[in-house]
Amino acid sequence: MKLIFGRPAGLTDVKQRYCPGCGHGIVHRLVAELLVELNIRERAVGIAPVGCSVFADEYFNCDMIQPPHGRGPAVATGIKRARPDCILFSYQGDGDLAAIGTAETVHAAARNENITLIFINNAIYGMTGGQLAPTTLPGMRSTTSVQGRDIVKQGYPIKVCELLAGLDGPYYLVRCAVNTPKNIIRTKKALKTAFQNQINNKGFSLVEILSMCPTGWGMTPVQAKKWIGEVMSKYYPLGEFRNLAKEEK
Amino acid sequence: MAEKRLMYGNHALVEGIIYAGCRFFAGYPITPQNEVPEYMSIRMNEVGGVFLQTESEIAAINMLFGAGAAGVRATTSSSSPGISLMQEGISYIAGADIPVLVINIVRGGPGLGNIAPAQSDYYQATKGGGHGDYFTITLAPNSAQELFEFPKLAFELAEKYRNPALILADGLLGQMMEPVEFTFEPIDPGKLPEKDYALTGCRGRPRRVVRSYDLRPGKLEELNWKRYKKYQEIIKNEQRYETFNDKDAGLIIIAYGTCARVASAAMKMARDKNLKVGLLRPITLWPFPKDKVAQLSERIKDFLVVEMNCGQMIDDVRMATQFRSRIHFLGRPGGGVPTPPEVLKKIEEIMGGGR
Repeated sequence: MKLIFGRPAGLTDVKQRYCPGCGHGIVHRLVAELLVELNIRERAVGIAPVGCSVFADEYFNCDMIQPPHGRGPAVATGIKRARPDCILFSYQGDGDLAAIGTAETVHAAARNENITLIFINNAIYGMTGGQLAPTTLPGMRSTTSVQGRDIVKQGYPIKVCELLAGLDGPYYLVRCAVNTPKNIIRTKKALKTAFQNQINNKGFSLVEILSMCPTGWGMTPVQAKKWIGEVMSKYYPLGEFRNLAKEEK
Repeated sequence: MAEKRLMYGNHALVEGIIYAGCRFFAGYPITPQNEVPEYMSIRMNEVGGVFLQTESEIAAINMLFGAGAAGVRATTSSSSPGISLMQEGISYIAGADIPVLVINIVRGGPGLGNIAPAQSDYYQATKGGGHGDYFTITLAPNSAQELFEFPKLAFELAEKYRNPALILADGLLGQMMEPVEFTFEPIDPGKLPEKDYALTGCRGRPRRVVRSYDLRPGKLEELNWKRYKKYQEIIKNEQRYETFNDKDAGLIIIAYGTCARVASAAMKMARDKNLKVGLLRPITLWPFPKDKVAQLSERIKDFLVVEMNCGQMIDDVRMATQFRSRIHFLGRPGGGVPTPPEVLKKIEEIMGGGR
């Protein structure tokens, strides 16, 4: 019998604890496939955030570290500068990367640090139970904005790719989604570009991924995927915001 | 004979860090330690090391977490408010059992305080500092010579016990010039032993994970007890101190860092007046040299604690004496530095003038 589909060697055998319909599992798989396809699993050091994906340090089959909330880019910088041959990826949610860790994100980008940031934007704090995130849409309900995000009192969401595109430093900034097969394929391509940039010493890459959180959103998995297509990606348009490789050509 | 140079304490410290084989420095500017990153940026460039001026002390300590986890010797330097910002990171580093070196050139606090020399971070340095059950090995140099020598010692202790180490100094030590003897050969970082926890990519070995959490029921408790045993080992093995004139002393001053220098001068003045005064200088503030203090307290009725704070070391001294001795205190908080005549006056108050 021929095995045509299985768990990539970039993932451990540990059973993942994500909710049904969650986007983390899809992105984990894409990253794990690329660790193998690009032959970097044995050079990789991954960084697990604080949030639902804190357990990524059990799931990725490579060296891993779990730093304080939001400090992934700083820890990645420390490892990369100490071990330039390692391939660093910092896997972070929206609270981690765009709230508590905003400074580390912005400055790693400004330094064009040769690392890869994988940014899961699901517009909510999943692990702590559905509170307002820096990326929660205007009017969107959360457990700390039960009437919907009030932009007068709670301000506007942060569009990370657009924010970082204002800097000269970063090499590659792209926003993708994992709500449809087509978008998943595009996400994998973007992640591949991001890792290749690092392999080629090009510098800072950030792949923002709009990702489903059916539990936090109070939706079924199918509704959640639809909501990304119809609502979330209208506020957070998909596409490249910086790709210096194209300018170099 | 070893090379001897007249140097600022802060520059001696930088040379000591380089000589210790450290090739990674990350830090954020803050007075009174700016000579450290400035001189470090030049020296790291010369030796092909990493120098990072960070966006904050938070970023600096987390870069250290990364570099330490990658198995290299890594240092940051800051002063009191900056060290407060680092506490979360230091707690994670202690919780992940990663050796790093943190330098605190202490200034007056609390808050923004001032930029004068102080010792008011004693509690923070010796009682953990951040959240959770942990301690950091804390060394208190009192000269440019020790600022040169202690980074090597700090790395050796940090690596032996896999624990963050602190050097606690102050702006006065950092900014005075003294002769420094280069007492050991520079360490080649390439010749330091590989670390069995280092994140280097998992080629040819099982993957490694560096983390401070364990959510499995009971497991974190187990881990904390294991670390507690490590701390007991450090307390047993690593109490360091110097004593002067303790054999015939009726009163012993206990002081570290700059205050030990002041106390030493006061002790000599007292001896000139036939006052039998001795000095105990803790070199490790954690572990506190409690065994020596306990032994002295069997005989010594009066201890005088001299500090540049409101008396943060008194509790450690009192516990070590097991309440057998009287503890006196002379303190100068908020950036004040005691003078030898001030200390002598206090000695005379306690001992009742020339005898």
